[in-house]
Amino acid sequence: MRDAFTAVWRSPTGRIGLVLVVLVLLFSLAGPFVIPYEPNKLDVLHRFAGPTTVHWMGTDNLGRDLAVRMAIGGQIALTVALSTIGISLVGGTLLGIAAAYAPARIERVILVLFDVLSAFPPLIFALAIVALLGPGLDKVIFILAVTMVPHFGRIARAQTLSLKQAPFLDATRVLGASAARLVLVHVVPNIMGPLVVLASMDIPVVITLEAGLSFLGIGVPPPRASWGGLLHDGYTSLTQSPWPVTFAGLMLILATLGFTLFGEALRDAIDPKLRAAP
Amino acid sequence: MVLSPKLRYVGSRLVTTMLVLVSATILLFSLTLFIPGNPAEVLLGPRATPEAVQAYSHIMGLDRPMLERLAIFLGNVLTGDLGRDVISGRPVLDLVLEVFPYTLTLTLASIGLAIVLGVPLGCYAATHPGSVLDQIGAVTSVAFIAMPNFVVAVFLVLIFSVWLHWLPVLGVGRDGGWGDAVLRLVLPAVSLALSWIGYIARLLRASLLEVLGEAHIRTARAYGVPERRIVYRNALKLAAIPTVAILGLGVGRLLGGAIFAEIVFARPGLGTLVYDAIAVRNYPVVQAAVLVVVAVFTVTNLLTDLTYLWLDPRLGRRLGEAR
Repeated sequence: MRDAFTAVWRSPTGRIGLVLVVLVLLFSLAGPFVIPYEPNKLDVLHRFAGPTTVHWMGTDNLGRDLAVRMAIGGQIALTVALSTIGISLVGGTLLGIAAAYAPARIERVILVLFDVLSAFPPLIFALAIVALLGPGLDKVIFILAVTMVPHFGRIARAQTLSLKQAPFLDATRVLGASAARLVLVHVVPNIMGPLVVLASMDIPVVITLEAGLSFLGIGVPPPRASWGGLLHDGYTSLTQSPWPVTFAGLMLILATLGFTLFGEALRDAIDPKLRAAP
Repeated sequence: MVLSPKLRYVGSRLVTTMLVLVSATILLFSLTLFIPGNPAEVLLGPRATPEAVQAYSHIMGLDRPMLERLAIFLGNVLTGDLGRDVISGRPVLDLVLEVFPYTLTLTLASIGLAIVLGVPLGCYAATHPGSVLDQIGAVTSVAFIAMPNFVVAVFLVLIFSVWLHWLPVLGVGRDGGWGDAVLRLVLPAVSLALSWIGYIARLLRASLLEVLGEAHIRTARAYGVPERRIVYRNALKLAAIPTVAILGLGVGRLLGGAIFAEIVFARPGLGTLVYDAIAVRNYPVVQAAVLVVVAVFTVTNLLTDLTYLWLDPRLGRRLGEAR
C-alpha cells in the first residue's frame, strides 16, 4: 500500500490528484470548525454578497455563508460516496466470490443478475425511485450502491477464478480451514488490489451522481447543504449573483478531477491491466 | 442442437435484454405500491371527497388484486398503452413521443460533436505520442471526463449568456427558424459532448497505439506503404472498434444525461417531462418516460454489442475458444 502511494506521488498527474483530494478533504472536514458561521443561519440583509474577507465565498440568496455551506456539502458528498461504494464493494465482492465457487447453475443466475443490474441507467433508475417514493439520502445511497454491485462483482469473480487453483488454497483446505476462513482470510486479501482501484475510481462517479440528483432537487433534501443543491439554487438566482454557482461548480470540478487523477494513478500503480476496462 | 458460439452469444444477449425490460416494467409497477398513501388520493389532492377517491381508485384499477394489476400493466405496456396523464387525461405515450425528438436531436448532436472533435484529437495524439500537444490533450481529456455535465452547462450559461451575451441560450427557438434552433443547440450539445470528446480521444489514442505496434502494420511499413495510408486506412479501421462500442453506450448515457442540459437550458424533452412530472407527482408520466429511456438504453446496448461482434471477427473466434 505504501509503495502504491509512493508511485501515485511520483506520477505528475497522480500528485495533482492527491493534492486536490487532500485539499477538498481538509476544507470539508475542518471548514465548519474554522469558519465562524452557522451553515443554516439566515442573514437576509447581506444576501448575494461577493467574496470578502468576512465571507470567503460570499453569501447565498438567504444570506447564508457560502464557504461553510460548501464545506458541509463536501462532507455530504464524501459520506454518500464512501457509504455507497462501501456497500457495493462488500456486496459485489461476496457475490463475485460466491459466483466463482458456486455450482454452474447458481453462477449463471448471479451473472444474469449482474447483467440486468448493470443494464439500468443509474441516474434514471434513481430518478424513478426517488420520484415515486420521495427524496432521501438513504434511498440515494441504496440505489447507487445496487447499480454498482455488478461492477465489483464481475472483477471479484474473475479474480477468484484465477486464484482458485492456487496451491496454497489447497494446502489451507487440507489443513482443515473452514470455508468462511478460506474466503475471508485467504481469498479476499488476495483479490482486493483491483477492487480497491475500482472503488477509488468510482468515487468521482458517485459524487457526480449525488450532485446530479441534488441538482434536480431529489437528492439531499434542503435546507441541508449539498454541492448539487447549491449549484441549483445558485443557478436560479444567477442574474443576482454569479458567486454561488461559481464556487459550487468549482468545488465539484476540483473534487471529481482530484479523485479521478488520484484513482487513475493508483490504478497504474497497483494494476495496470485494468486500464483496458472502460 | 449445436449452435455456433456467435449465435449463442446473440441469443444470450437477446434474453438479457428481454429480462431487463421485463424487470424494469415490474419494478416501475411495484414502486407504485410503495407510494406513501393511496395514489388516487395523492393525485386528486387534499380536497377530494372520499367518493371521488373511490371512483378514481376504481378507474385506476387500484381495488383489484395486485397480481391482476401487474398483469394488466404488463399487457398494457406490451400493447403500447403506458397509461394516461393525470392532468390532461391524454395518453402518456403521446406526450413522450411529442418531446422525444427534442431529446434525440440533442443526443445525436452531442455524439456528432464528440466524434468530430474527439477522433482527430485521438489520431493526432497517437501519431505524435509524447509531444507537447499529446500531453496537453491527455490532461484536458481527463479534465473533460471528470467534469459533471451539469456543472459545464451552468458555467456555459454563466460565461456565454451572463458575461458575454453572445449566444441565445435558453429554449429551443420554436419560431426563430432553423438557424436560431441550431444556435440554441450549440451550448447544450457542448455541455453534453465535452466528456465524450475526452473519452473518444483517449480511447482512440490507446487502441491506435496498440494496433500500430502489431505485426501486420510492421509488414505494411516494410513494404513501403505510406505512413498516412497505414494510419488512416489500415490501423484506424481496427482501432475504431472499441470506440464504436463506447459510442453505442454513449447514446444511452447521453439520453440520461440530457435531462440536465434540458433543465439548465430550459429545453423541452424527456428530461424536462420527467422533472416537471416529479414536481406534481404525475406518476404515469414518470413511469412512461423512465420506461422509454430504459428501453432505448438497453436496446442501444444490445445493438452496440451486436455491432461489435460484426465489426470484430476476432471476437467471434474468442467466444468459440472460451467454451
